[in-house]
This record gives sequence, structure tokens and C-alpha cells, in this order.
Amino acid sequence: MGMKQQSPIAITGGRLVTADGIAEGVLRLEDGVIAALGAPPKDGDTIVDAGGKLVAPGLVDMGVFAIDKPAFHFGGITRAALMPDQSPPLDYPARVRFAAQSGKPDFWVHPLAGATIALEGESLAEIAMMRDAGARAIATGRGWIADSGVMMRLLQYAAMLDMVVVTHAEDGGLAKNAAATAGEMATRLGLPSAPAQAEALAVARDIALAEVAGARLHLRQVTTRAALELVRAAKARGVSVTAGVTPAHFMLSDLALAEFRTFARLSPPLRSEDDRQAVIAAIGDGTIDVVASGHDPRPPEEKNLPFADAAAGMAGAETLLAMVLTLVRDGVIAMERAFDLVARNPAQLLGVEAGGLAEGYEADIALIDPEAPWVVDARRSEAQAGNTPFDRQPVQGRVTALWKGGVAISL
Amino acid sequence: MTSPQDTSSQGRYPAGGRAFPHRNLISIGALQTHEILFLLDEAEQWVELNRHASKDSDALNGLTIINAFFENSTRTLLSFEIAGKRLGADVVNMHAAQSSVKKGETLIDTAVTLNAMRADAIVIRHGSSGAVGLIAGKVDCPVLNAGDGQHEHPTQALLDALALRYTLRERGDASSDGMMNGLTVTICGDILHSRVARSNILNLQALGAKVRLCSPPALMPSGVEAMGVEVFYRFDDALDGADVVMMLRLQNERMDGQFIPSPREYRHLYGLTRERLALARPDAIVMHPGPMNRGVEIDSDVADMEGRSIITQQVEMGVAIRMACLDVLTRRARKLPGWAEGEWA
Repeated sequence: MGMKQQSPIAITGGRLVTADGIAEGVLRLEDGVIAALGAPPKDGDTIVDAGGKLVAPGLVDMGVFAIDKPAFHFGGITRAALMPDQSPPLDYPARVRFAAQSGKPDFWVHPLAGATIALEGESLAEIAMMRDAGARAIATGRGWIADSGVMMRLLQYAAMLDMVVVTHAEDGGLAKNAAATAGEMATRLGLPSAPAQAEALAVARDIALAEVAGARLHLRQVTTRAALELVRAAKARGVSVTAGVTPAHFMLSDLALAEFRTFARLSPPLRSEDDRQAVIAAIGDGTIDVVASGHDPRPPEEKNLPFADAAAGMAGAETLLAMVLTLVRDGVIAMERAFDLVARNPAQLLGVEAGGLAEGYEADIALIDPEAPWVVDARRSEAQAGNTPFDRQPVQGRVTALWKGGVAISL
Repeated sequence: MTSPQDTSSQGRYPAGGRAFPHRNLISIGALQTHEILFLLDEAEQWVELNRHASKDSDALNGLTIINAFFENSTRTLLSFEIAGKRLGADVVNMHAAQSSVKKGETLIDTAVTLNAMRADAIVIRHGSSGAVGLIAGKVDCPVLNAGDGQHEHPTQALLDALALRYTLRERGDASSDGMMNGLTVTICGDILHSRVARSNILNLQALGAKVRLCSPPALMPSGVEAMGVEVFYRFDDALDGADVVMMLRLQNERMDGQFIPSPREYRHLYGLTRERLALARPDAIVMHPGPMNRGVEIDSDVADMEGRSIITQQVEMGVAIRMACLDVLTRRARKLPGWAEGEWA
């Protein structure tokens, strides 16, 4: 199933999103890679007029639970790191090899190797063999590893392999059956809850162990003020730690749980307004490096249930870009920084030459109209399921054209 | 015992169906104070009826009420069943805890099935917070919440308020407007897991009472102060000057892990003994929604104290309140004058 770029393309009249800022110029794509930035088109180039839109790298989604190409393409996502929480889990080299091929040719899946067998947090999985089968990083999965001894040995092993360890930072003893963050909302609704400090506890431990092991740690979602402080301090003293978040935690607080809306049932759960503000500040000051969709489409039979019985997770691929662009409009971050969060930084963590406009990089390009208004509609979603907490919300920012390896994808 | 005074309710609430413009009774939190007063006033006629030898009404003749209990219950189920039967309805009990739910049917499918049987009201108890509201959104008839998880148990709070009203009236302390301004109610026990506590906080506050909560920290819900209650961890402090002491049992079936060292130690700190009760107002009223664990949260001599404990009256009021709720919620379907149209709240 080959898909090769047939002829060179020159995207003209666009605003190129580079690490240093937005610049007008031409982008040339040839043989599936970015051939030149800023140079004029060559004879024989197919000219694409961007009409003043943003010419940006295709998004690299750092942590999704399903391969859902229509939703990814709608959202301008050309690569995604697939969480090991699959059925069966990605804890075995052959499964990783299969997953790594599963998106081709028009989408690239970067499997995350399950850290432990069956993701149970007890026995280390064959990580090096999974790396050689295509795994780009290691992940603990939806849960944390409770045993600090196992976690320590995992981090040491990952350091030796120079692979990033992606962790879910919630103390399992506290968060075990929690469906919400402890506080007024959980109390009014009568939902089982865990204190927000369950996250800080796990973050503190994982940072301490990563420091001992000299490992690269990526905290997939850091959603509380206390935990973000720990990340900020660790970065300041030079620990190799990065932090991510999904748009739900900077767009919504636990007020969204009102009337037991299960589309707002997430893991970690939505937090207080104070924590939401802390997340926004941390995106602004660079403590948070990555915004990912956490794309986790759930069918009605898993969501149309009493709140605590419903599965956690949201379909987020379609709305990732629009939500990050709200941060640009609100003045939290500059436009180029938005693409650091959703493309450049995740690509760096995965060690892939993508996520930026640079010569020689894979020609994964999104043409984006950052102002285009649209309304999120759960029932008309491209995703496998429409479980978005942003249903009926008016948003701005839409992908109008997408190339994967220089080949146009029909949207 | 005072008989209901028709004049006392004049002007307390709008006329006809606007007095209670709700299709369902899911939570006290959704009700206005005058709507609560309306239900309490309505219940008084049924208290009177229930005290006669002949207790029949034909108000709900020909109607079918399904009691769908997804969680075990003895007293609430019985109370709803008696309430429906006294009103002349056909009452069917469905013990869903042991039925198709076990076979993998989803809650929504169960709701749709119940709906297809064309019940005129469905009374639901479920172990998950929000479950009753979820079902209410899928059926065409009124739904009454008989307890959903740790969320609400509205008829319990209403019956507690009715029992208090009658007791205060007997003592000559009742306010003619039905409010309980100035009353201090201490609720002690497993607040965290208690839907009774949540509904009672909202209901008592709506009626003007002050609510104190007391439990060990692990059984106190986080952030509950935001609901306007006073939080205590020392029972003696919580009792000081209380007009009403409402005891709750430890809901061991909802506890995940150990919350207290032992029942004996719990009684040591939080058991309502005769000595502790003396710290409250001299005539303080003792309540318990049942079932009681005698010798744990409440001593037998306190539970049975003449003139102070109104625990059996609570049970009596339960039937009347449920009759009132079933009557009021089916008025639109029965096309009672003034109830046939209008917007739902």
C-alpha cells in the first residue's frame, strides 16, 4: 500500500509556522520531505495557494488510546503516540510491530511500549525488543506503577535504552475508585473522590526516582497546582522531566460534572478552578511542554451510564487544535508556541524528525485557518464516538488541507 | 395532634400546577422552598388518613406504579408500596438487583423496558449517584428518587421535615409559616456515604434551619463547608445547644477500606448515649433514618426515649410523604383542574 509523493509541491502565500515565529514564505515539499523554506517555487512544482492561512507542521499527538484516522485528520494530526492500553495491551514486541504499521500510509502510529506485563505494574515487559519493533517511548498506561521498586528499575532500564518513560501520575491508593476530585462538586453530587494531592504525590515520587535513575520522564498529564510546582522546581534544578496536559484541564473545571455529565468523566478527573488556572499559567511559563488530545472515543454503552460507572476518557482529536488556539487568542502563548505544544515537543520526545518545518523533515503539513469558526457537535463527529465534553461549544481554528509525507489527504 | 389548617397554606405557593412544576422528584437541590412546603402541606391530609381505621383513597385508581429497586431496601420499598396501595394504585415491585441487570442489560435498556410497560410513575433506587436522573431522562412518566448512590434521598429528607413539623407542633413550637428558622440540627455519622445527609442538608437549610455535621474526618465529605454547614469532629461540641440530633449509621457496604478502627471505638467517640444527649438542648429531638445499629451510633435507651426520640414517627411520616409525592406527581396525567398544562421547571 504505497503512498509516495509524485511531484514537488510549493505552498505559496501562506504564513509559515517556525520555531522562531510566523513568517511569510513558500514551503516546498519534495520526495515526501520538506525541501526548502522561504525559497521560491521551482519549475514543475504544483503550486498550492495558501491564501494567507497558516502553514504548520502536522500535529503530533502525544498519547491516544485509539487509532481513529478520520478524527485525527480532521484535527490536523499526522502522527500519534499510541498508549499501550489496547486489547491486548502493547506489552509484547509483535503487537508493537503490528501497531506501528496500523496507520500507514496516511497516518503514523508511534506505539508506546507497555512498561510492565499486562500493565499490571509488577513485571517489566520486553522493552528493548519492543523498541526494536517500533516503540518510540515507554508508558505505564492508564494507571500508575504502585511499587516504587518496580518504578525505579523501569526508569533505570529506560535510561540505559535512552527512552522516555511516560507516566500516569495519580497515587493509586488515593485515586483507586475515585470518579472526581475531592471538593464541593464531588460532595454535592455524592461522587467517590480523591484529593487533588493524589497527583502531587505521584509526581513527587516519579521525579525523585527519575532523578536517581537519570531517566527521561514525561508526565502525560499534570493537572494540579501542587504537582505543577513540583515539575517547575525539578526543571529548575535540571531534572530531565517534561509535562503534558489535555485541553479538558485548561478549558474546564469540575463544574462541568454538573448533572452527572459523563462526557466530563476523565482520568485524571477534572479539577478545581484554581487548578485550571494553574494549568494555564504553567502552559504560559513553559512548565507544561505538551498538549495532547488523549483521544479515547467511547461508545454510548460505556458513557450512557451513571457517572461513576461510566468509562473515563474523551474524544479529543478533532478539538485539540481549536482548544490550543484559544490560548493564543487569550494571550497565554504566542502562535508558534502553540505548535511547540502540539507538534515540536511531542516529536522530540518520540525522537522523530517531524513536528516542525525544517528541511529534511517528513512533509507532514497542515494548512490552518486559525480564525475559522465552527461548532463542536458530538453527534456529527468524525471520531469513532462523539464523547466530547466540548459539545455545542463554538470554537475557532480549522484545518483546511493536510499532507502526510507530501501526499494530500482528503478531509 | 393538630389537624391540617387549610388557611395556613394560603399564599405560600402559586396556584394549581405551578405549586409544583416538576415532572420528577430527583433531588431536594432542584426544589424551591415553597415547593418543599407544598409537599409537606399536602402530606398532612395523608397523615390524617393513615391514622384512621379505614385508610383507603381512590386518588390513583387505575394507575400503575413500578418500584424499581436496583439496591436492597426493606423500609423504603415497603413505605412506597403501602403509599401507592393506599392511594388505590396498582403497585409492582421490581427487584432489579437480582434480575436482568445481572444478565448484562444496561441501565438505559432497563429504563426503556420499564417505560414500554406504560407505568404511570416509577420509583427508583440505585447504587450509583445520578442513576435515577439518568433513567428519568429516558422514560415518559414521573420518576421518584428513592435514593441514588451517595447523592440524594429526597423523600427521606421530606419525611424527616414532616416528622419535625408534627413534633414541634405538638410542643407548641411550630411556626405558622411552616419554616424552621432558628432550629439547629446536628447530623452525626457517616456523612461521606450518606445520601440522607445530603438531602437533609439541602432541605433543612431551605426551611431555615442551621445544620451542623459531625463525623470522623475520613467520613466527612471534602468541601462540605461550601454547602453552608458547620463541620465538627468532636461530637460533644456538635451537640452543644442542638435542638435536633439526627444520627446516621455507618454504611459499611459503601466503604472501600477501613474508615474507623472498630464499632466499639466509633461508639466511644460518636455514639449517642444518654450522657451525650444531655449536652444538647434539654428537650432535644432524637432522629434516625434507620436501620439503626443499636449500641453503635445510638444507645437503645436513647433510641427508645419517650418524648425525645421520634424515630417511629419518621417511619409513619414516610408513608404520608410518599403518598403526597405520588399524588402530586401524577396530577398532570390525571388531568386535575389547574394541573393539566404549563411548563416543567
